Amino acid sequence: MGSSMTRGDIENLATDFYGLLESFKHAPLYHISFEIFLVLAVIWLVVFRKPRPIEKKLTEKEKQDLIDEWQPEPLVPSVDPNHPALNVRVLDGIVGKTVEIDGKKSLNFATFNFLNFVGNQRIADKAIQAVQKYGVGSCGPRGFYGTIDIHLELEERLARFFQCEEGIIYSYGFSTIASIIPAYSKRNDILFVDEGVHYAIQKGVEASRSHVKWFRHNDINDLERLLAEQEVLDKKIPKKARSIRRFLIIEGLYVNYGDICPLPRMVELKYKYKYRIFMDESVSFGTIGQAGRGVTEYYGIDRQKIDLISSTLEYAAGSIGGFAVGSSFVVDHQRLSAQGYCFSASLPPLLAAAAIEALNIMEEDNTLLFETIMEKSKRLHKKLLSIKGYIISGDEISPLKHIRLTHAFNTIGRLEEIVQFAQTRDITITVARYLNDEHLLPEPSIRLILNVEMTDEELEFLCAVLQEALVKVTT
Amino acid sequence: MKKEHKDLCRRQSNDDFEETPTWAAVITVLGYALLSVLGWLRDFLRNIGIEKKMTAQDPNPKDFVPLYQSYECFYTRNLYTRIRDVFNQPIASVAGATVQVMERLSEDFNWTFKFSGKKLPSINLGSYNYLGFAENSGPCSEQAIKSLEKYGITTSSTRHELGIQQYMNDLESLMAEYLNVEDCIAFGMGFATNALNIPTLARKGDLILSDKLNHTSLILGARLSGAVTRTFNHNDAKDLEIQLRKAIIHGQPRTCRPWKKILIIVEGVYSMEGSFCNLREIIELKKKYKAYLYVDEAHSIGAIGSHGRGVVDYWNVNPKDIDIHMGTFTKSFGSAGGYIAGKKSLIDHIRIYTHSGCYSTSMSAPIVYQIISALNIIMGRDGTNDGQKRIQQLACNVRYFRRQLVDMGFIVYGNDDSPVVPVMIYMPAKIAAVNREMLKRGCAVVTVGFPATLLTESRVRFCISAGHTKEMLDNALRAMDEVGHLVSLRYSKRNPSRRWHELKRADYDKEYF
Repeated sequence: MGSSMTRGDIENLATDFYGLLESFKHAPLYHISFEIFLVLAVIWLVVFRKPRPIEKKLTEKEKQDLIDEWQPEPLVPSVDPNHPALNVRVLDGIVGKTVEIDGKKSLNFATFNFLNFVGNQRIADKAIQAVQKYGVGSCGPRGFYGTIDIHLELEERLARFFQCEEGIIYSYGFSTIASIIPAYSKRNDILFVDEGVHYAIQKGVEASRSHVKWFRHNDINDLERLLAEQEVLDKKIPKKARSIRRFLIIEGLYVNYGDICPLPRMVELKYKYKYRIFMDESVSFGTIGQAGRGVTEYYGIDRQKIDLISSTLEYAAGSIGGFAVGSSFVVDHQRLSAQGYCFSASLPPLLAAAAIEALNIMEEDNTLLFETIMEKSKRLHKKLLSIKGYIISGDEISPLKHIRLTHAFNTIGRLEEIVQFAQTRDITITVARYLNDEHLLPEPSIRLILNVEMTDEELEFLCAVLQEALVKVTT
Repeated sequence: MKKEHKDLCRRQSNDDFEETPTWAAVITVLGYALLSVLGWLRDFLRNIGIEKKMTAQDPNPKDFVPLYQSYECFYTRNLYTRIRDVFNQPIASVAGATVQVMERLSEDFNWTFKFSGKKLPSINLGSYNYLGFAENSGPCSEQAIKSLEKYGITTSSTRHELGIQQYMNDLESLMAEYLNVEDCIAFGMGFATNALNIPTLARKGDLILSDKLNHTSLILGARLSGAVTRTFNHNDAKDLEIQLRKAIIHGQPRTCRPWKKILIIVEGVYSMEGSFCNLREIIELKKKYKAYLYVDEAHSIGAIGSHGRGVVDYWNVNPKDIDIHMGTFTKSFGSAGGYIAGKKSLIDHIRIYTHSGCYSTSMSAPIVYQIISALNIIMGRDGTNDGQKRIQQLACNVRYFRRQLVDMGFIVYGNDDSPVVPVMIYMPAKIAAVNREMLKRGCAVVTVGFPATLLTESRVRFCISAGHTKEMLDNALRAMDEVGHLVSLRYSKRNPSRRWHELKRADYDKEYF
């Protein structure tokens, strides 16, 4: 039996218990409430909380069996050795107005050489001088001694050309817009994007993880509908709506369609629905507008109203790389947040020198070069329209046009035949190539690109060949 | 000398990272806290109008949603701007072993800069020029100039459309031979090589196991691929094994379906730590668990190994054990661009599905010819042993520089043979102090802090080049010694703090040939 309790013990116990109750009376209220809360929490944990499901415990042997049985797929699926990408043409020389393929010279309507700067002697000389001064590579990202004075000069010249506050250059055309969009637009923001934008923009939009609202290509009414719907949603959650940024992502002149965006109306809507405009002018830089400043100049819109204009140096400027211009408020942010800028080596100086010389030529010629290319585009457009059997896609002043056959006939196979036939007649054209995971895969087409140095006779010849090819393919 | 060099390469070099002294970590955090408090005070003063707002203002009307949240730019406004002069420093010459840094002056505490016109000749310890090919004269630049005259600058067309120039085929087959693999494909930008090609290799239903300290381009590529990405502790083969086992046993989250394939992504040399990946252990794991291995040798190709073939060469593993070799031409070849190499079936697949096949202009001729001539020199095809000399000179420079830094009492991270030499400085104010003081003493160095590194692990990162002479290294060490004394950088507990003149010169000179 346990030790017997004496009367004294019981008395002590009672006194202690009484003392405890007394102390409760004197304890402050917060102390008591906290104690009560703790007791209730313990009761809840013990009685009410659902027990966690017992995890299936596998034996070591079962685990080893799972590991042994697991078979991965092959790293890459088997490929078709006849895929056109594995059998591309191999060139060996300057790809300018003419290109040499298999020893024969042909007129080049396939490359984005709008102003014929490829092979330009002045540009080549300046690039050679840059190699003799700076070597070839820049050996570092912009933050770590990769910023060379020639980069700063190019940025300043681009900003001056576009009459904007600041410019920023990238070392790769694709990465330019693909890095810019995620730098500004984050998870909770909304992007209104034209369905027909090119792949790099689609990648940028994907990388940003924002909500994307696609509107039908160049359909301003569809855009207004989406904006109005969003406004209705905003009214329901006004506080949250004040922290959601909105952006409109468009191209000046669409690479996949050749048509110009309805910019004036979009700028009007900007002030009504309060979004920012990021416009990609890869094709329209150097080809549209009296001085080659793009779609804003063509429409006569104040460039300050567009928040950011991005473009590439790989088309009209005949170099490599990309750039963006806009107000300092917008552009400066990219210097710390755009991944393709901060984490990549800077543009090799010789390419920057080539771009600066290209800008020099564009500014010297001022309006003549651009008037000529717009004029020739119009003439080419008229000539192409006169060929029955082709559907021509693109604005008349666009130097980039898409040609398709009438609906039932329009297959990649037939277009390839046309291309091959044209090659036998010394005209080089190409079928526009896309990857299958485009957001909206364009219809197969031949992308025709006008070089400003093409003469009228050469354009006539092109149309004659296209006519012949059509006959050959449709019979 | 050759045998010693061979032994050096085969030895199991351990990457040791000396632990951060606790008091240094505490003071660093206090330092950032103080800066943040001051920042809030300054922001408050700017908001009430006592202090002028120096940042650019939004040209749009006030009722637009602000483009940047205030806290996003807090760091830029209040911490970064204080020391902005040590980043993005422009240069006015070739980024070779020495460089001309353009002097910038600011009268408003780094909000705006003006060039004084003066050029500061400095020893270049910041650029990635491991084999010293960043030269504006010599066989490589001559080849580049000749190619400009023959090919112009660009084709203005993509690979899939008009096609490629012959020089691309030449470059790719030469690179494949150099790496001892079946085939290779080259791209115009190193960052884009990762970001645009990992999505062709991994898709939804795959698992990517990526080292915690992988480069942003690898993380972006993994994210864009749609696969599930999990990280494992830096260079920790045990953690990688645990992750592999867990993945295969439990399958995909929620559905528990087995993974379609598992891709392990590591780097050869990590650019902020200077550590080498444990390639042998990782290859063993990959074989045991049937995973695929992607090694990004951006910093290691050309710079590591007895023939400059990267970590594959250094650890002497079979190149066929690595499924995807990736690297860049920016660092050791003095050019620009990236490559992926491996089996022919892999490269064919990438040729068809790469994003840059349809949408990016092909590489520029002078860029490609610079790489081809650098490769010919490295492989000894030009008839000289210049390539081998450069590789050995680099290895020698690295050992000489690292040993003395460690013996002086600095905490140096990374493998003993790594040309990337990070020295820890920890405190935020010292980031600026070290950079400015080293520049005064004629050394252009790179100092990095948060967010490129962890909050308490700011460092100064030296990049050694084969173009550095012994004299340049001595000057750099002397400068680092003085600056280390001035700013108190000798944190190491393993090695006693010593001044440069206290080191026994004979020991080091003996090793340096």
